[in-house]
Amino acid sequence: MGLPVSVHVRGPHADSTGVGDAVAAVFAELRMIDALFSPYRPDSRVSALNRGERVTGPLVETVLELCEQARDRTGGYFDAYLRRAASRPAFDPSGLVKGWAVERAAAHLRGIDHYVSAGGDLVTRGSWRIGVEDPAQPDRLLTVLEVTDHAVATSGGAHRGAHILDPHTGAPARGLRSVTVTGPSLTWADVYATAAVARGPEAVRWLDGLPGYEALLVRDDGTLLATPGWPAAG
Amino acid sequence: MWLVATVAVVVLLFSYRTSTMGPAGPASAAEGGTAEGGTAPGIVSGSPGAAADPPGSGAGDTAPPTAPGTPGNTAKAGTDLVVNGTVVQTRWGPVQVQVHIISGRITDVTALQVPNGNRRDIEINSFAVPHLRSEVLTAQSADIDVVSGATVTSEGYLGSLQAALDSAHFKG
Repeated sequence: MGLPVSVHVRGPHADSTGVGDAVAAVFAELRMIDALFSPYRPDSRVSALNRGERVTGPLVETVLELCEQARDRTGGYFDAYLRRAASRPAFDPSGLVKGWAVERAAAHLRGIDHYVSAGGDLVTRGSWRIGVEDPAQPDRLLTVLEVTDHAVATSGGAHRGAHILDPHTGAPARGLRSVTVTGPSLTWADVYATAAVARGPEAVRWLDGLPGYEALLVRDDGTLLATPGWPAAG
Repeated sequence: MWLVATVAVVVLLFSYRTSTMGPAGPASAAEGGTAEGGTAPGIVSGSPGAAADPPGSGAGDTAPPTAPGTPGNTAKAGTDLVVNGTVVQTRWGPVQVQVHIISGRITDVTALQVPNGNRRDIEINSFAVPHLRSEVLTAQSADIDVVSGATVTSEGYLGSLQAALDSAHFKG
């Protein structure tokens, strides 16, 4: 995906050299991960894996392991292996790597009040007010939530038709326009949001059972479902 | 009193290679935008302190915007600014916006460049771009710090807006 990433810091030292160095380290980390995992770069490890080459290295192994975990934790509704009839499954971990990369990179901002936003998915330190876009009407915010030291991820098919496939059927997911998940880890908030869209409206019960995570679901008819602990801002 | 400063920079990651992106391809992924085929990013009018020179102005339009984490000049109250965002590559092609900031508030956002390579792009953008224009303005009035959403075109759009704000070192 074309992914704009922005870093926002605040506080009395926001203009300091130390903060500037930390922000530079965030982007260096993101570029490094992009080089390893972009499926759109022929020289990436992911492209090598898809050519059937043997690939090793701690980061690659971590991502492969996380993709396995994601499939297990979501009952198969998140799957990095795209199966197409009559061809080898294509491995595309982008849906997991994005959140994981941002979470990893933001660790360089330890001790600094910040948020890092990657195309509408974000990690925070400190307390921030976050608008959730209305998937049916992007000129409107659906709601505002307030989070402290938490991640927020939104998945859905707004503006571009159904783009999340149900891995069990290979057909486009139906029933939900978008799902926003907040919790301690962006890696998992993003995976859960994507899996919930694939699963449909009944995913709200599954989401409610995930310790530490809360979710807001927008159905195709515009009605909202939320887990009981959803942190709506006052 | 709580001092607030926002430093923000934009890079592009995981760039799509699509048939609509033309011969230039996915503007070499990282870094917030070689202004391939676009208008040079940066401040085009106004005087936010010393940053009057648009980064990337002049021949070639290839200079990236300010280096990540370079804190600097801020848009002062009473300053009118017109800022071009960097070109952001989206799934459907490049997006670039221009932002007008008057007295520290966003007053207008217009698209300088939207993808229109094929029918599908046109359908998407005739829906998305006019609406997104007001989204940016609404988001400001809602007193929020950031928007969480799931759309590729608005990612590009907001990313470019963000880049515009970065160029101005705008403090919200």
